[in-house]
Amino acid sequence: MAISTKNGTKVWQRRDRNGQLKVWAMWLVGTAIFMWSWQQISDATTWAFFWDAPRIAADIGGRAMPPRWGYMDKLWAPLWDTLNIATLGTVLALMMAVPVAFLAARNTTPSAMFIRPIALLIIVSSRSINSLIWALLLVKIIGPGIFAGLIAIAIRSIGFCAKLLYEAIEEIDESQVEAIAATGAGRWQVMAYGILPQIMPAFAGISVFRWDINLRESTVLGLVGAGGIGLQLQGSLNTLAWPQVSLILILILLAVVVSEWVSAKVRGAII
Amino acid sequence: MLRLEQLTKIYKTGDKALKAVDLEIPKGQVLALIGPSGAGKSTLIRCINRLVEPSSGKVQLNGVELTSLGSSALRRERRRMGMIFQEYALVERLTVMENVLSGRLGYVGFFRSFLRKFPQSDVDEAFRLLDRVGLLAMADKRADELSGGQRQRVGICRALIQNPSVLLVDEPTASLDPKTSRQIMRLIVELCEERKLAAIVNIHDVALAQMFVQRIVGLQSGAIVFDGAPAELDEDVLTRIYGAEDWSETIQKVDEDDEEDAA
Amino acid sequence: MSATLDTRLGQPWKKPPFVKSAALRWTMIIGALLYLVLALNSIDVNWSRVYRGLDRGWEFVIAFVNPDFSSRANDIKVGLTESVVMALASTVVGIAISIPIGLGAARNISVLPVYLVCRSVIALSRALNEIVVAILLVAIFGFGPLAGFITLSFATIGFLSKLLAEEIEDMDRVQAEAVRATGASWLQRYVYGIHPQVIPRLIGLSIYRLDINFRESAVLGIVGAGGIGATLNTAFDRYEFDTAAAILLVIIAIVMVLEYLSGIIRARVQ
Repeated sequence: MAISTKNGTKVWQRRDRNGQLKVWAMWLVGTAIFMWSWQQISDATTWAFFWDAPRIAADIGGRAMPPRWGYMDKLWAPLWDTLNIATLGTVLALMMAVPVAFLAARNTTPSAMFIRPIALLIIVSSRSINSLIWALLLVKIIGPGIFAGLIAIAIRSIGFCAKLLYEAIEEIDESQVEAIAATGAGRWQVMAYGILPQIMPAFAGISVFRWDINLRESTVLGLVGAGGIGLQLQGSLNTLAWPQVSLILILILLAVVVSEWVSAKVRGAII
Repeated sequence: MLRLEQLTKIYKTGDKALKAVDLEIPKGQVLALIGPSGAGKSTLIRCINRLVEPSSGKVQLNGVELTSLGSSALRRERRRMGMIFQEYALVERLTVMENVLSGRLGYVGFFRSFLRKFPQSDVDEAFRLLDRVGLLAMADKRADELSGGQRQRVGICRALIQNPSVLLVDEPTASLDPKTSRQIMRLIVELCEERKLAAIVNIHDVALAQMFVQRIVGLQSGAIVFDGAPAELDEDVLTRIYGAEDWSETIQKVDEDDEEDAA
Repeated sequence: MSATLDTRLGQPWKKPPFVKSAALRWTMIIGALLYLVLALNSIDVNWSRVYRGLDRGWEFVIAFVNPDFSSRANDIKVGLTESVVMALASTVVGIAISIPIGLGAARNISVLPVYLVCRSVIALSRALNEIVVAILLVAIFGFGPLAGFITLSFATIGFLSKLLAEEIEDMDRVQAEAVRATGASWLQRYVYGIHPQVIPRLIGLSIYRLDINFRESAVLGIVGAGGIGATLNTAFDRYEFDTAAAILLVIIAIVMVLEYLSGIIRARVQ
C-alpha cells in the first residue's frame, strides 16, 4: 500500500509503483506462457475432429444406451478382483509405510544424516510415479494379472501413507514420550506406549483415505493388463462394444460412490 | 541418597543452564526447588535422570554414578527415579490403568508389555495405588476423560509404581487451580513420608512450597543462591532469588483455611 | 462392577476392548479373516513367472543406475514438452472455471439452485477417474493432447472448486459481514470481503494442482491423450528399460522441483 501526492492531493493506491509493475509483469509472463501452451496443443490437434466432436459424442452416446445389463454376469469376478487389489494393496503398503515413516520422522529416525534422506527418497519416488505406470512396469516384469496390480497399488501407496504418517509422528506430544522414557522403558516400549497410541487415529484415517483412492485407481489398472474390471473395459473398448462400456462405467461410478461412503463412515467412527 | 557434584549443563546455543551445582538430598527428605523461570529448575531435574544430558559433573543415586552409564544400565537406574510432570504427560489415548502400569515398563519384557500382560503383583499394586489416590473407579477410563487434578494423581501413581527411591517432580501444580494444587502437594508429601522417599519438587509458588516441605533451595541463573528451612525464607532471600519486589504478601505462614480441604 | 479394592485385588486386568459388544467384535474379526483368506486365494500368483521376471526386474534396477537419455532424446523432449504444456494450460483453464463454480458451491454466498448445479459438477468431476474421462475424450476428439488437456481441466475443476467452496464456507464470516454492512454490491463484496482471505490459499492450491496435473499428464499418454506417457509406454513395450528409467527419472526430478517450488511459493503468500 502506498500514498502518493498528485496535484497536491493525496492519492491512495493498493501497491506502490514498483509493486504494480511487478504484478503486471507477472500477469504478462503468465499470459504469454499460457498462450504458448495453447498454441502447442492447438498445433497438435486436428480441428476437423474437434468440430465433429458433438456428432461423434452423440453417436457414441446413442450406441452406448441402454447398457447391456446381461453382461453383468461376467463382471462380478473382475469386480471382486478390483476390490482385492485395492484392499490387499493398501494392507501391504501400510505394512511397509510404517517403518519408512518412523525412519523418516525427525523425532524417531535413528540417523537424520544418513537414514532419513533414504526414507525420504523412497517416499518421493513412490509418490511421483502414478500407479498406472507402476502397473505398466510390473506387468512387464512379473507378467500380467492381479498380482502385478496389487504390487503396483502397494508401491504407489507407500509414499503417500508414509508421508502423512511421518508428519503425524512429527506432530506428537513429546512430553508423553519423555514420561514413558523416564520410567526406564526400552526403546521399543517407548514406541509402543509413548508414540503408537498418539498416532493411531492418524494411522486409521490415512488407511481408509488411501483405500478409497486405491479402489478408484484399481478400476483402471486393467487397461495395462494388471487385472480387475479395467481389463473388461479395455476389451469392450477394443471391440467397440459401447453398451458394455457404459455398463462398466456405471459400475465404476457406483464403486467410487460406495467406497467414498464407506470411508466417510469409518472415519466418522474413528474420530 | 541423591548427590549432585559440580553438575553443569551448557546447551548447544551456549546458554549456561546449570553452573556447577552441588546438592545432597538425604533419604526421606522432600526438597523444594524455587527460582524464576529460566533459572534451570527443569534442566536440573532432567539432568538427574538424563532426559537432558548433563555437560559435566556427577550425579550419584545411592552410590551409583549415573552420568557415565550406558543406555541399558541407565534404563535400569531410571526405574528407581519416579518423575511427575507439569502437564501430567499421561498418554492421553490409553486408559488410566495402562498409564499407571506403564511405570512398570522397565521391569517387564517388550512382548508382555505390548500385550498388556503385566504380572499380577503389578496389577494389584496399580489397584492399591489408584485406591490410595481415590481413583480406583476410574481404572478403565481413558486418561483424556479425567480432570487436571485426577490426571496428576494418575501421574503420581505411575511414578510410585516404579518403586523408586527418589521422586523428581517438575512443577506438579502449575496447571491446576489453587485448591487442587494444595491437595496434590499434600498427597505427594504424604506419600513420600509413607514410603521414605526423597523428592525434589520444582515449584514456582513460594507460599505453597513453604507450606509443605522441610527444605527449600533457591536457584538463580543456574546457581544455588539459597539453601535452608522454609522459615529462613525472608524478603532478602527472595530478592536474591527473584530480584527486587515487594514480598510482604508472598511470605505466609501455613494458613488455617488449609485444614478444611484436607479431608 | 465394584469399586472396592478388595474385590479388585488378585483379579487379572484386561484392557477394555475397542468394540464393546463381544458379538460384534467377533463378527468383525472373523469377517476380516474370512475376507483375507478368500481374497488371498483368488489371486493366483504364477510364482515361476514371477521368478523369471526377477531377472527383468533386476535389469530395470540396473537401468535406473545407468539410464539412457540419448537414444530417444527427441521423443522424450517432445513428450515432455507436451506434458508440461498440458499441465500448464489445464491448470490455468481449470482455475478460471473453478472460481465461479467454487463461489457458486459455497452455501453461505450462493443461492440454492446455483449451489446444487455447482455441487453436481464437482461431484461428477471427482467421481470420474481421469483415465476413464481421457478414454472417452480420446474416442470423441481423437488422439492427441487436446483430450488430455480437457481431461485435466475437468479434474482441476472438481478439485479446486470443492476446496475453494469449503474455504469460503469456513472463512471468517465477520469480515464479510462488515463489508456487507457498508452496502456493497455482490461483486464488491467478493472483491473486498472474500477475495483477500481466500486468495493466498487459492494460490497455494493452484500450485499444488499444477504438480498433480503434471503427474497425471504423465499417464494420460498410455490411453492416447498426449504427453510423455505415450513415449514411456512405447519404451516399456520395446523392453527399453534404460529409456524408460530415463523418462521416470525426469518425471521424478520435475515433480520434486515443482514440490519444492510450491513449498516456497506457499510459504511466501501465506
